[in-house]
Amino acid sequence: MSVVEEGRTYIGASVPRKEDATLLTGQGRFVENLTAPGMMHLAVVRSPFAHAEITEVDLSQVRAAKGVVAAYSGAELADEWAGPLPCAWPVTEDIKIPDHFPLASDRARYVGDGVAVVLAESRAAAKDAAELASISYEPLESVTDVALAARPGAPLVHESLDTNESYTWAMSAGEVDTVFGEADVVVKERYRQQRLVPNAIEPRGVLVEPVASTGELTLTSSTQVPHILRTTLSGVLGMPEAKLRVIAPDVGGGFGSKLDVYAEEALCLALARKLGRPVKWVEERSEAFLATIHGRDVLQEIELAATSEGKITGVRARLTASMGAYLQLATPGIPLLGAWLYGGCYEMEAYDFSCTGVFTNTTPTDAYRGAGRPESNYAIERTVDALAREVGKDPVDVRRLNFIKEFPATIVSGLEIDSGDFEGALDRGLELLDYEDFRREQAARRASGDPKQLGVGFSTYVEMCGLAPSRILGALRYGAGGWEAATVRILPTGTVQIMSGATPHGQSHATTFSQIVADELGVDVDSVEYFSGDTAVVPQGMDTYGSRSLAVGGIALHQAAGKIVDKARLIAAHQLEVSPDDFEYEGGRFTVKGTDRSMTVTETAFHAWTAHNLPDGMEPGLEGASVYDPPNFSWPGGCHIAVAEVDTETGDARVIRYIAVDDVGNVINPAVVAGQVHGGITQGVAQALYEEAVYDSEGNLVNGSLTGYLVPSAAEVPSYEVDHVVAASPTNPLGVKGVGETGTIASTPAVVNAVVDALAHLGVTEIEMPTSPERVWRAIEEAKR
Amino acid sequence: MIPAAFDYELAGNIDEAISLLGQSGEAKLIAGGHSLLPLMRLRFAQPDLLVDIGRIDDLSYVRDAGDSIAVGAMTRHADVAADPLLGADCGILAETAAQIGDPQVRHRGTLGGSIAHADPASDLPTVLLALDAEFDVRGPAGDRTIAAGDFFTGFLESALEPTDVLTEVRVPKLDGPATYAKYNRRAQDWATVAVAAVQRNGGTALALTNMAATPVRALGVEQALADGADAATAAARVGEGTNPPSDTNGSAEYRAHLATVLTRRALEQLSA
Amino acid sequence: MKRIGLSVNGSPHELEVEPRELLVYVLRERLGMTGTHVGCDTSSCGACTVLVDGESVKSCTMLGVQAEGRSITTIEGLASNGELHPVQQAFHEQHGLQCGFCTPGFVLATVSLLEENSSPTEDQIREGLEGNLCRCTGYHNIVRAVQAAAGKELPA
Repeated sequence: MSVVEEGRTYIGASVPRKEDATLLTGQGRFVENLTAPGMMHLAVVRSPFAHAEITEVDLSQVRAAKGVVAAYSGAELADEWAGPLPCAWPVTEDIKIPDHFPLASDRARYVGDGVAVVLAESRAAAKDAAELASISYEPLESVTDVALAARPGAPLVHESLDTNESYTWAMSAGEVDTVFGEADVVVKERYRQQRLVPNAIEPRGVLVEPVASTGELTLTSSTQVPHILRTTLSGVLGMPEAKLRVIAPDVGGGFGSKLDVYAEEALCLALARKLGRPVKWVEERSEAFLATIHGRDVLQEIELAATSEGKITGVRARLTASMGAYLQLATPGIPLLGAWLYGGCYEMEAYDFSCTGVFTNTTPTDAYRGAGRPESNYAIERTVDALAREVGKDPVDVRRLNFIKEFPATIVSGLEIDSGDFEGALDRGLELLDYEDFRREQAARRASGDPKQLGVGFSTYVEMCGLAPSRILGALRYGAGGWEAATVRILPTGTVQIMSGATPHGQSHATTFSQIVADELGVDVDSVEYFSGDTAVVPQGMDTYGSRSLAVGGIALHQAAGKIVDKARLIAAHQLEVSPDDFEYEGGRFTVKGTDRSMTVTETAFHAWTAHNLPDGMEPGLEGASVYDPPNFSWPGGCHIAVAEVDTETGDARVIRYIAVDDVGNVINPAVVAGQVHGGITQGVAQALYEEAVYDSEGNLVNGSLTGYLVPSAAEVPSYEVDHVVAASPTNPLGVKGVGETGTIASTPAVVNAVVDALAHLGVTEIEMPTSPERVWRAIEEAKR
Repeated sequence: MIPAAFDYELAGNIDEAISLLGQSGEAKLIAGGHSLLPLMRLRFAQPDLLVDIGRIDDLSYVRDAGDSIAVGAMTRHADVAADPLLGADCGILAETAAQIGDPQVRHRGTLGGSIAHADPASDLPTVLLALDAEFDVRGPAGDRTIAAGDFFTGFLESALEPTDVLTEVRVPKLDGPATYAKYNRRAQDWATVAVAAVQRNGGTALALTNMAATPVRALGVEQALADGADAATAAARVGEGTNPPSDTNGSAEYRAHLATVLTRRALEQLSA
Repeated sequence: MKRIGLSVNGSPHELEVEPRELLVYVLRERLGMTGTHVGCDTSSCGACTVLVDGESVKSCTMLGVQAEGRSITTIEGLASNGELHPVQQAFHEQHGLQCGFCTPGFVLATVSLLEENSSPTEDQIREGLEGNLCRCTGYHNIVRAVQAAAGKELPA
């Protein structure tokens, strides 16, 4: 674990969270808790059909109902939109992007597609009236399964496109055909990344307050991305960006699902503008299952070429990814966030990747924790186990044989990993596990014929995060930059305000960022106040996703604080009538070398703001701003080990032990980092064992509630053993990498490998996710034949 | 999350409840509300009148009734789970109550509510069926007793008339072992499948959760045991007379398999 | 409308409610106690957990009218004289919360759990919190917080 270095007070320390006081006492400002005078409540009438012609929308009974202010069909709101909801990532030149307006007006394309809205004086009235909407549908053939949708002759989600294929994106490096042709062994695996529902515990919510006289609108939304919303929604609404203020108040988790521009945000804005009154919408959970983006839903074919010793020479990966019915903000790009990583943390010569995005009559997919990288890491880590079986070696040995060991390393797909210690992480993991002892215990269980068998699974991983160098994003046709903006200001009395465009929803930004700035300025961490999530207070930012807040936003703050120190040095020198070069700087204090004369940074603030006596030409004030654009991604990596116990009779599989050894670079707050790892692991375990969105043949989501969709509770998971190796990033001055997604990216294959390993002696080699009791039972039965 | 509008009346006693129920064909009883309110919140159920019997305190008790134990219908799951008399003489009922839902559910949900709702995925009806429990019911025409075996008539359907109130449940004091083997994927979930096995009167009674439209007795298994079969052989007959559902927790085929495993294990536990 | 009287965090309240108003909405919208959150509509997530006469209850699965005469404790009523309740303090010290949305429910479920079993094992804690879902913490630090609040020595 990281420790506090000399000269620092806070970086490396588990500073208790600043965020907790309000949240622990019920004073959180979540959207649902907010009201505005004269507020109307919005309810959305949604399609019960996966694909249907909307032949008539009759809202007369709705409008006549008690408490109703107005009701509109999609057609009736068509003039409100200057453009469709945005897809910011047209991944290829010829990608097909169908128009996606906040309400469907001619066709509904998934169960949950909005077709009408009701505004009423109370939420109950809106809900009661919505049930009175009379909408006639002509049901059409639908397709929800991505494999079926990709076939010729499949029902078309968008007829005008004449195909369900949105795009195909490909890259290749090295002599792929030669490498595969000459390989001693080729293992080929197929995996299904089931569709997941993010299920942040706070459903989404929106409140819009208009100022009719000026045309200003304030949008408060449970979002990860207030700045992206301001830019994109001003376009959708056809209003000046400067008149739209966006606030992300306390946000109850996101995991990617609130990294989007949603119909309900546009609807509340348009209706508040139209009627001149505040509009509020709060999502119900069963509605969230339909109306908030889903994750994954990707079919993978992966091949590894290798020597008979198990030395990997090449990888090929073919993806078919479900887009859902429309392209949301980043839908097409999500599977491509793993495009460079299908070779994992291993050396090889040849690389071939392609992904086809396919429309289906389902809720659109988009970013879900890890976004593309859990998928890639799953494929390579499962396939490395398959290779180990093929060449008759221990999966640990095959990994060790293939690790990238020298850094910086240009990986086969072309990107440069700046640092890493995969072998160190594996060694530490094996030590914590006591691998030999585990194998002895496993053998004893097998020998005893106990119905409950043990298995171990490994996942040695690398991920690219800290999104992202703007130039690379541009090359990938992403519609925005990857920088982050920060401002640090010391007020005249010495307390510090910090602003970052990185907008938290549980990740402890206030605490972590305060630690960085407090150390840089030598102030008490409690004298630092963090501001975020309001475009009026923090006008510029690129928001929070892709494990970017620390590795990009944290560096911006560090640099902004550095600028203050630079200016403070000049002020201190002027005040003490010495040369700036005469100072030693430590712990926020400039000391004239060899004397006890000194001045602190915060003391210079008073001089800076009174401006009575500043160096000639110096502007008053003590404020530093920085916009940091990272020169490279950051590259966390490590080794996760799961121990599973599988009941070979019922098929029940549980994780009974879990070890995570991560390299996330330097650690600012160990407790916060551990918390991120724990949560990430649990979401990955959930994909491995529990969660799956299931559609029936009519296109209904059959388990669209928390009773049918199995988000695990504390009773389903164990405590975790978390440790670190540190290969500090040389790319940024703090040596940090990011930790928000590591657990989710690393854990899923470790768990499934463990479940399969528990059944290896029965001949089981593959179980589709989630490895439900029925799937485990069937795999055992299959292996018996 | 907001139920459709309805009227609400608090019943002071059972007869008042019966009379209130008679006021509307769409009236429903509510006690803990943990079966009904979830359906109402999603508007799957839209009664026009709720008659609250949750305040009739003299329906909440556990009493020694000689050879049997009498439990008031409004006794909460948490109280059933913690009751010393049940713990000593009919432990399976207490242990099963402790497995229902989660602590919050057990603090509100009642024995009678769970029975009257007649959900085949529910735990207590199965156990009561295996125990040959008796249910006292009061209706407009007076009191009657219904045997558990006659009570569950269909999916969410029972022998209760719309104006009946379930008042008391009687379970036998046990002198032999009994167990409820429940499998669910998450602790808070309904059973995928569960098996109640009770050794009593020189025989073994078994009943199954979520293996048909109602809780059902595993008569084939009981017969096999009576004929002297061992646990595994007897358990193989668990599918007889069942019609398990298929859903995202398992197909009918898997449920049939799971029932066999759980039955064998339950029987092995009884003889251990 | 029905007239009900109830005590919330020690203060008596009398109000008229519609029978269909769930307790959670009575608390949030009538009494302004927005610390009790709504996370689902199937009694699954436990975000709305409050204490009714000292016991944990999902306030989304209880009608306001059913709270007549009851004594309710919400998250707002747990700290006293500016001092966090020991369970709140333990969640803070053990980093048992991240986004904080599920936290009030977990804290109150924990208070009730420890009331019924003052020295639970890790398994009893995990089973005892089966009715609450958290998507951020992975439960590890929540379990530690409960152990800390119960005065247990924490595993390394």
